[in-house]
Amino acid sequence: MRRYDEETLAELLRRLPPAPEAWVKAAQELPLVRGRLDELVARAEADARYREQLVADLERALEAEGVEPNPVVLEQLRERLNPDA
Amino acid sequence: METDAQLVERIRAGDQDGWRDLVERFSRYVYAIAVQAYRLSEHDAEDVFQEVFARAYERLDQLRDPGAVRPWLAQLTRRVAIDRLREAGRVELNEELASDAADETMDRIEEAWDVRNAMAELSEPCREVLDRFFGRDESYRTIGEALDIPAGTIASRISRCLGQLRAQYEGRIEGPAPSGGRIR
Repeated sequence: MRRYDEETLAELLRRLPPAPEAWVKAAQELPLVRGRLDELVARAEADARYREQLVADLERALEAEGVEPNPVVLEQLRERLNPDA
Repeated sequence: METDAQLVERIRAGDQDGWRDLVERFSRYVYAIAVQAYRLSEHDAEDVFQEVFARAYERLDQLRDPGAVRPWLAQLTRRVAIDRLREAGRVELNEELASDAADETMDRIEEAWDVRNAMAELSEPCREVLDRFFGRDESYRTIGEALDIPAGTIASRISRCLGQLRAQYEGRIEGPAPSGGRIR
């Protein structure tokens, strides 16, 4: 059986450093973000002018809703606004 | 401690904090795979990290065995990371070799995961000092200030806690097999 000396354990403990806090927070907020995206898309479907503004600057629209416009969220919103693209 | 299966069931039952707890539990694991096994840059790793959890959130209901959430996340991370490398043209030359190296690193990450689980059985002060020193790479001084203990005693505390961890971990290995599958 393999023996685990202190050096080996130390090396293994170093293998799992924490992910950056901001990444973790963004991932934890996914359900909240989904809810906000639902609202944005529903509003865009009901209001053509709003949709135009939204498509013109997705990042700003997300920020205005308090959503961090990371690439994954932007891509999701793009897909939902242009499902055939 | 809540099992992985219990945590997944809690999310499926609509518990508001469940998802946060799942991300907290597996964030280090997903991060380690992206950065160590696939050697992604911080920028790529961040995108992969978010994409993995986004897919996991979307597809959690499709997971047949809730107890297998960790190997499932590992597979998701692997797929998303390889896609990212392909997009950047970085696995075209020797995909098999890259995959072997990633497998080897994955084995170490799995082992590290088991050690962290064993660490959960230690006292809170031991967990704290080990995680701060090895996991977070904090200096003796920073740890001393944060925990309000003399910096001069930290080395001996770390050594004592590592000894306890060793006993705990080797006891686990000799005892029943830990839950959760390893992935290849």
